[in-house]
Amino acid sequence: MHIEPSFRKRYHKALSDLAMLKAVKLGTGRLRSQRAKAIEAVGTERWMAFRDRAEAIRLHVIQHLDQYLDQLVNNVLKNGGHVCLAKTGEEAVKYISDLAKKKNAKSILKSKSMVSEEIHLNPALEKQGCKVIESDLGEWIIQLAGETPSHIIAPAMHKNRFQVADLFNAVSEEKLTTEIPDLCGFARKYLREKFLGIDIGITGCNFALADSGAVTVCTNEGNARIISTLSPTLVTIMGMERILPSLEELTIMLSLLARSATGQKLTVYNTLFTGVRNKDDLDGPQEFHLVIVDNGRSKLLGTKYEKVLNCIRCGSCLNACPVYRNIGGHAYGWVYPGPIGAVLSPLYQGMEKYGELAYATTLCGACTFACPVKIPLHDMLYALRNDKIELEKTGELAENIAYKGWSATFASMSRYRFSVRMARRFQFPLVKAEKIAYGPPPISDWLKHRDMPALPKKFFHEIWPEINNDRKE
Amino acid sequence: MYADVGKSVVQVLRRNGVDLDFPEGQTCCGQPAFSSGYYKETTIVAKKMIEVFESSEKVVIPSGSCAAMIHHGYPTLFANDPLWKTRAEDFVAKCYEFSQFIVDILGITDVGATFPKKVTYHSSCHMTRILGVEEQPKILLKNVKGIDFIELPYAFDCCGFGGTFSMKMADISAAIVEEKVDNIIATGAEVLVGSDLTCLMNIGGRLSRRGVAIQVMHLAQVLDQGSGKNAY
Repeated sequence: MHIEPSFRKRYHKALSDLAMLKAVKLGTGRLRSQRAKAIEAVGTERWMAFRDRAEAIRLHVIQHLDQYLDQLVNNVLKNGGHVCLAKTGEEAVKYISDLAKKKNAKSILKSKSMVSEEIHLNPALEKQGCKVIESDLGEWIIQLAGETPSHIIAPAMHKNRFQVADLFNAVSEEKLTTEIPDLCGFARKYLREKFLGIDIGITGCNFALADSGAVTVCTNEGNARIISTLSPTLVTIMGMERILPSLEELTIMLSLLARSATGQKLTVYNTLFTGVRNKDDLDGPQEFHLVIVDNGRSKLLGTKYEKVLNCIRCGSCLNACPVYRNIGGHAYGWVYPGPIGAVLSPLYQGMEKYGELAYATTLCGACTFACPVKIPLHDMLYALRNDKIELEKTGELAENIAYKGWSATFASMSRYRFSVRMARRFQFPLVKAEKIAYGPPPISDWLKHRDMPALPKKFFHEIWPEINNDRKE
Repeated sequence: MYADVGKSVVQVLRRNGVDLDFPEGQTCCGQPAFSSGYYKETTIVAKKMIEVFESSEKVVIPSGSCAAMIHHGYPTLFANDPLWKTRAEDFVAKCYEFSQFIVDILGITDVGATFPKKVTYHSSCHMTRILGVEEQPKILLKNVKGIDFIELPYAFDCCGFGGTFSMKMADISAAIVEEKVDNIIATGAEVLVGSDLTCLMNIGGRLSRRGVAIQVMHLAQVLDQGSGKNAY
């Protein structure tokens, strides 16, 4: 298998960044144990029933996505909002950039949005002179660091408080300690001031409700609620699949989302808004734009990967994944890391660029079992590998030959037994004390960290006749 | 590769009244090729397996991931092959993982073994998550006379083997197995037991490289201890 040097380079860099790895292990460990406690409190059986229900809701929406999109758009328009249906990321960026120009916007405040990261919104807005500020604490930390999120729900998981203190001290007038309350206090004060005098507010979207045109945003800091209240012009960006039929389904999804993501019973702020302020309202935006982004999603409809659109971006597959826990999020290369990223990146951005991620997994299945909406993530990773080999025919030559040889050998008893005898003979120079510690590729990398047992003097099929004869006598 | 494990499987099953055969011609369930995306090549070998065991009443598989491959992989492989689909289904229906067979089919929870040692158990991913066999091996272990069974913290976490993953991305794999080994050492166990030889090869390989004197055994080898009589 050919691994793009880029990925190999990225994960090697990650493996040598000990501060990052320590922070990621701490962060994922905490989220995962909190999730486990939340499930225990609910009871496993009820949790499974919750997942079944959530899966059914998401499948239903995805299978009727055209109808629900239509209903959502009509309701947003009816509520006095504007809608942009963006086929690509560029289209979405252009719509928002043009809007910022039209409004002569100088100051733009954002709440957390993975789709905005996906379409590279901030650099485009900054290029035309807007000051964009992230108001989610984690997003703000990585904005100060000039980095991208490394986790779907905890974008700055890879940073420790000492690194955060350095970043904050660079913008703080007074010297801050490395104590967490001190750092949070500073962020709170600093960001509070930014909420006043914003020209455009941008939020992400956890779920949009088709029957009312309402947008739901979940935050633990309340920043999205302030943005949706104080912005004269409000923009919400959403992936086209993030729809639910009505409030009824939202109830289930919110309790599932919070428990899966952080182990909370409910996220602290669950904000629902329907866009522009009504005549008698005291606050709320004068203008509302809902930007619905396709960017590769619709091409998955009707394919064997359709179910990946069930995803509600809780991040629990990341915390469950042994690979993610040991390399962090940036090594994956694109905006979505972990198992969901290993599936989404090649599907959205192309196999050529990200097909290698289908191999960045032990196929242990922990992701599939962590997923609240039952996406068979590890089955999709198998399928992606199979696509690479049999559909795109981009398997590495040596491996293609190896597996041809393997099937010819293992489909025949005599050839198999011959190869066993040969292997036993050729391992001879490598064996010391019934162990192999050094060897040629492809086992050389394995042997860097581990010993391998030598092949036994006799295989089981070679002793079976003895065992069986003893029995018969 | 692990002939001793095979011997123990035979001993334990015969001692518990099972009439065994080892049909010639069996080789591999096809997991390595399947996991690497080579379904065509896997199908050739899988058909051979189905043929070889056509006349067997039940098939016992002493490796969790091989059993999971047959249960989960074969239906995928033959989904669009009307001729082989039913044959594959018949085969799948009679395949059991070793501990699953003893507990669920034979209805035995104590095989009469004695093993007075401190033991911990690693739950292999494919066996637990895909095949759904979780408690059976632990039930059997806990009923071994004299055994001091200690739960392994994070027993359900992957050991990092992942087939070719452990060669292609050996450094990530090594980081994962290191966590596993640290957790095993922390239990103070003398013996690590598992039901999947590839996990055990990986974990054992790291223990060996670190020079840790914890013995690595397949469940069948533990269940074969101390019953005295040879069942051959």
